[in-house]
Amino acid sequence: MIVAERKPIKEIIQMIAPYKKVLLAGCETCVAICWTGGEKEVGILASQLRLARSKEGKKIGTVETTAERQCEKEMVEELRDKVEGVEAVLSLACGAGIQTIAEVFEDKPVFPAVNTTFLGSPEGEGVWLENCGACGDCFLDRTGGICPMVRCAKGILNGPCGGTRKGGKCEIDPDKDCAWVLIYNRLEKQGRLDLMEKYYPPKNFRAVKRPGKMEAIKA
Amino acid sequence: MNGEIVAFCCEHSAYVAADAAGKQGLHCPENLRIIRVPCAGRVDIIHILKAVEEGAVAVLVLGCEDGLCQHLTGNVRAKERVKYSETLLKEIGIDGRRVAMFNLAANAPHKFIQAINEMNERMKESGEEK
Repeated sequence: MIVAERKPIKEIIQMIAPYKKVLLAGCETCVAICWTGGEKEVGILASQLRLARSKEGKKIGTVETTAERQCEKEMVEELRDKVEGVEAVLSLACGAGIQTIAEVFEDKPVFPAVNTTFLGSPEGEGVWLENCGACGDCFLDRTGGICPMVRCAKGILNGPCGGTRKGGKCEIDPDKDCAWVLIYNRLEKQGRLDLMEKYYPPKNFRAVKRPGKMEAIKA
Repeated sequence: MNGEIVAFCCEHSAYVAADAAGKQGLHCPENLRIIRVPCAGRVDIIHILKAVEEGAVAVLVLGCEDGLCQHLTGNVRAKERVKYSETLLKEIGIDGRRVAMFNLAANAPHKFIQAINEMNERMKESGEEK
C-alpha cells in the first residue's frame, strides 16, 4: 500500500494562509491505514488548524470529509457539494489522490497536507517498511521474494557486500537486517542456494517509461 | 469551557475518587468540569484538542493506576494519546503542559484534588488565565 507522512504543520498553515474556508479531504484507503489521512487524522488536523488560526486572533472555517478512494474520479465526484462551498481543498491523500481531486475540481486550489513516501507493508503496530520500489522489472523470483534493490542499503543485485555485520545486520544501519543475509536464509530454506552463485547483470532501470501508464482488459 | 480545567475521569477510578472528594468535603477548585468516561482509553486525541479549542485552560485525563485498568490497557493508550496531544499542541505554539495524564485509584480522593491543583499551579506558572 501507499505510505505517506503528514507535512510539518507550519508548512500546511502557510499554504492555506490566504483562505478562510477550507475542505480537508482524507482518503479511507492506504493513508487511513498508515494513520496519516483517514477520518481521524482529518479531524485532528482540522482542530490544529482552527487552534493555530485562533491563536493569531483569526478564524478559519473547516469542512471535514473523506473519500472511499481519493484516486478514483467517481468517488471524488461525490465530494462536489462540499468542495463547492469552500475556497480551497487540503488533501490528506497520497499524491495520486491529490492529483485526482485537483483534476476533478480544476477551479479550486488543492494543497497537499502529506508527503507520499513509499510503497510499504506493515511490520508492526505503527511501523511500515518499504519493500518494493515499483521498478517495473521484478527480480523477486531469484531472491526468495526479498527485493535487494529496496531492502539492501546499497541496492546491489549481487550480494552481500563485504560489510555485513555479525548477526546479519547492515553495515550502514546496524538496526536493519542485511537484505542479502535474509535472501540467503530464505533460499537455504527452499533448497535453492544455487541462485546465490549466479551473476546478475545490471538491472534495466528503464523498464517503466515515466510517467507510467497501464491499459488492461478485465478478465 | 472558558477557563475551565476539563477532567476526563475513568468511571472505575477517577470518577469514584472525585465523588469521594465531594462527599468528604475536600476543597475542589471551582473551574473544574468533570466528564465521566467508561475508561481513560475512551478519550481520543480529538476530544482533548476540541476541549482546548472550546477554551479549556487545561485538559486532564484521569485513569486507573498502572496495571490496574479495568479494560486492561486503556490507561496505557490514554497516556500515549495525551503525549501525542502535547506534541500536536506544541507544534502550533500552544503550551503542551496544558494536557496531562494522571493515574489514581478509586479510593484516592486526595490524589484527585492534588492532580487538579497541580494543573492549576502549572497553568499559573505558564501564565495561562484561570
